[in-house]
Formats: sequence, C-alpha cells, structure tokens
Amino acid sequence: MPIELIANVAVQGILTGLVYGLMALGLSVIFGVVRVVNFAHGEMMTIASYAAIVAFGAWNIDPLLAMVPIAVILFAIGYVLQKALINPFINRPEHSQFILLAAVAIIIANTLLMIFGPDSRNVLVDYALDSLQIGPLLVDKVRVITAGFACLIAAGLFAFFKFTRTGRAIRACADNHLGALVVGLDVKKLYALTFGIGSACVGAAGAMMTLLIDVTPNVGPVFTLQAFVIVIVGGLGSMPGALLGGVLIGLSEALAGLFFVPSAKSMFAVAILILVLLFRPQGLLGRKI
Amino acid sequence: MISRMLDGVPRRARALLGLLLAVLLIAPLVVNPYILSILILVLYFAYTGQAWNVMMGFAGQLSLGHSLYVGVGAYAAAAIYTHYGIGPWAGIWASIAISVLCGLFIGFLAFRFGISGVYFALLTIAFAEFTRVGFDHFPWVNGSGGLFLPVEEYASNDPLNLRGAPVMFYYFLLAITVLAFLFCRWLLTGRIGYYWLAIREEPEAAQTLGINVFRYKMLAVAISAGMTALGGVFYAFYYNNLFPEQIFSMSRSIELILGPIIGGIGSLFGPILGAFVLTVLAEGLSEIMVTLGYDIPGFKQVFYGICLLLVIVYLPHGIWPPLRKRLGLESKP
Repeated sequence: MPIELIANVAVQGILTGLVYGLMALGLSVIFGVVRVVNFAHGEMMTIASYAAIVAFGAWNIDPLLAMVPIAVILFAIGYVLQKALINPFINRPEHSQFILLAAVAIIIANTLLMIFGPDSRNVLVDYALDSLQIGPLLVDKVRVITAGFACLIAAGLFAFFKFTRTGRAIRACADNHLGALVVGLDVKKLYALTFGIGSACVGAAGAMMTLLIDVTPNVGPVFTLQAFVIVIVGGLGSMPGALLGGVLIGLSEALAGLFFVPSAKSMFAVAILILVLLFRPQGLLGRKI
Repeated sequence: MISRMLDGVPRRARALLGLLLAVLLIAPLVVNPYILSILILVLYFAYTGQAWNVMMGFAGQLSLGHSLYVGVGAYAAAAIYTHYGIGPWAGIWASIAISVLCGLFIGFLAFRFGISGVYFALLTIAFAEFTRVGFDHFPWVNGSGGLFLPVEEYASNDPLNLRGAPVMFYYFLLAITVLAFLFCRWLLTGRIGYYWLAIREEPEAAQTLGINVFRYKMLAVAISAGMTALGGVFYAFYYNNLFPEQIFSMSRSIELILGPIIGGIGSLFGPILGAFVLTVLAEGLSEIMVTLGYDIPGFKQVFYGICLLLVIVYLPHGIWPPLRKRLGLESKP
C-alpha cells in the first residue's frame, strides 16, 4: 500500500478526530465538574446537527455560521436541563442519574424521529468536495476548516477555565465540592453553567459534524459511546486529554477503515477503550485515581 | 428449603400470587392471538428483567450491556440448530455456558482491576458493542445478513425442537418466569442473598466482615448472564431471525432494564409488574394511535421515555414498593 495513501488517510482521521474531541470535551467538562455522566450527550449532538440541517435547508445558512446560534441554543438547553432535572438528582445513586438521562436521550432521539423521519441527512455546501494540496498530501477542505474551528473553540474554553473568575470558580467546584460551598460559591448555579458550556461544545461539534457525516435521529447512542470512549481514553476531567483521545480515536477509525472493513472501525475504538480501562483506568492524561 | 422461601410472606400475598398464576395459565384459552403475542412479550421482559435484577438489584452491579447475553445465548442455540440440526434443548446448555463465560470474563476484568460504578456500566456497554460489530463480521452466523431459522407450518407443535405455535412459547416462557421468580426468592432468602445485599449497600464493610466480595460479585454476574441467555434462546426460536444490529443494540439493553426499574429495582415482583405495565401501556397506546390514524414512528418510544422520566423523578424505588404497601403485602422480617 503506498505510503502517501496511508498518510492521507491518517491526516483525515486526525482532522475528524479533532471534531470528535470537541464533542467529547463537552462530556469531559460536565463529568469533571458535575460528576454526572451525560448519557444524552450524543442526542444533544443530534439536536444541533438537525438544527444546522434545518438552517441550511430553509435559509441556506452555512453550518459554520449557524454553529454560533446553535451553540447558544444548546447552552440554554443544557442550563435548563441541569437546573430543572439534574440538580435534584445530584445526591441520588448513579443508576438513578443514568436512568434520568437515558430517559431524556430516548425522548430527544424519538422526538427527532417523529419530526424528521428515519432518513439520513447531511449538509452539502458548495465547497464540500474541495481539497487542499499540502506537500504530498491531499486533504478535504471541510475537514481542515472544522478541525481548525474545533481547536479554536477548545482554546477558548481553556482560556475561560484558566483566566476568568467564573471559570476558576467552576474548577473550584470540581476540585472540592464542600470547599466551594464553604467559601460561598453558588454551586448549583455553577453546575448549570457548566452543563450549559458542555452542551454548547457538543452543539458546535454537532453543527460541524453535518459537513462530515450523515445524521439520522438514532445516531445518538453511537456518539454518546464515542464521546465516552474518547474521554476515558484521554482521561476523565482532562481537557487536553479529550482532544488527544479524539485524535487517537479518529486516527484508529480511519486506519481501521483502510486496512480492514470500514464497518468494523468502531470495534477498534471499543478495543482501545477496553485496554485503557484495564491498564490505565485514569486515562492517558488523567490524574491517578 | 420451601419453608425458608415462604417465611414471612403474608397469606394474602401467597393467595394473590396463586391467583395471578392461575389467570396466566388459563389466559391463552380465552384471549385472541394479538393479546397472546403481547402476553408473550410481557413474560419475555419479566423473565429477562428478573435476570438483570440479580446483578443490579441484588448485587448492585449496573450492567447496561445485557443485550450481549441475550444475543450470545440466542445466536449459540440458533447456530447450533441451523448448522448441525442439534435441537435447542441441547443448545440451551451451550448458550448458557458461553454466556456465563462472557459474563465471567467481563466480571473478572472489571472486578480484578477495581472498575466499578459508571466505569463498570461503560465497560458492559463497550463489550456489547464490541460483540455486535464482531457478529456483523462473523461469517459462520452470516454476519450482518442475519441468521434465519427454518420455519415450518405452525400446524403441529414440536416442543422438542421449539417449533410451533405462539401458545407453546407462551407456556415455556411462563414456566421459566415462574422458575426464575422462585429461584430468585431462594437466592435472596439464603446466605448468598444476604451477602449480595451487604455488597450492594457497603462493599467495603462487606469485605471487612469476611465476605469474599470478588467471588460473590462474579457469582451474580454468572447467574444473571446464564439466566439472560436462556431468555435469548426463546427469543431466537420465537422470532426465527437474528440480526446483530438488532439483538446486540444498546437500545435493547435499555429496553430490557426498563421493566425492573419501573417496577422496582431489587424487589422480586418489580420486574414482573414493570414488564406488564410498560408493555401493555406501550402496546395499548400504539393500538390507539393506529386506530386514530396517527401511526408515527417514534411516538411509542417518546411515551416510554416520559414514563421512565416520571417514574424516576417521583417514584425513585419503582411502582411496586409503594403499591405493595398500599395492598398490605409487606413481608414481615
């Protein structure tokens, strides 16, 4: 097999992986702070994807532009979800929280099914088939752009958590819940904010995802699982870890598709997850549990 | 042994259980085929829910990948039957054995490496997904093309090969549901059951008391996996077709655990009540929708989701515990 082909496929995989990483970043932020596993993560992504598809279909708005209002809408959905449903469940056992979010996921996925039907959809912008020549490599233009935006949003998020007061307050909640309460932080509100931010990430990723893949209403669980795999591989709560995990999974999927059959690609992602869980349960960049 | 199982069960509860069993026994004689098909679904979910409950309700290990055991059990017996003509009553043992081995493998990896809680649940999903994709590319069972069992005329029942009319499946499912109920009662009232409850509530305290936590968690996984596999065998021979995409899917795992959660995790009658309530409500609803001319795909599932949401918010322990109290059926210690 020619080395250029392998390199090309690998680069495409890494670029797609960065968008996966952004989606997983949302999950990582939510779990790292709220300590609730968002089992409706993939479904939130499909909401964003369908919003982008509707925006493109009805008003011809490019998903890269529609991404901004969609992220805002998803922020609101996440905020309300945490405020109204999840906050009362914070001290409930894990399986209760899981069932709550699984119920939300079922409702979202099937509401989308009722509205849009089971057919797969995507967005075909006029530059969808353009590619860029970088040295010996030939890369899809949309992949370069979406990966660039994913990195940009992730960088913005790092800066938010590092430098703003609110960001630091959220990190304080994550590090020491009791301590945060003692110094007078409004933990419930910060939780809602965090869930909103995580949802905004997945919203942006979902809007961009319409340029890369076909979306169906029931694609949610696949992406929920994907996000988990990425986050656990990278290290729960580690933000660079989520991006690294995304790149790794994107790369493994692309190469598995090249060397084996494309339909077996998710098997490799799951195999990586199983190996990481067994031998480095804190993830590649995670802190020791 | 029997007196142990009956200890503390109020007379009214015994009478009601007997009455329910009598109703279920004569039901196929009076209902039409459509109702019978719904009752078969109810029994299937009651049985598999009971099996899942052993792991989650008794031993506190949340499995979200039980479709793995259903699928492996269904595929093993069906493949042996279609390839070698070996009947399901022999195939069942292969199904149970393979499924138990899968469960023990996952349990061993998870419990040895100290994976618990959310991570354990994710590991169970991961293994189910892994197996699904694996079966999609497993030529011996025809991969994603699906495995089909030969279907003959329904004129005569052949219980030895599990070929025949739905009513035969109904009685088999009723039998295994009753047996599972009694078996779980026996487990819960014995030493194993008390160990499990201790592990579920306080694993560290249980360990301190000298309970071999690892061994009893493994036992819970093995029993649950084996029981679930048996349900899978009946699934395979009832529906006569198996697709990895369907049988191993995550939504199947979730469907399976809804009954016990809505009925009441950890209670013996919860899975049965939950399966009955959910299936009858969902079927009734879709029937009404079809009659009214609103046959929209997804509506039933949205309804499922809303039910689940309401139950988990307002009745965190399921419907059965409060209902049991209302009926005065609380078992005395």
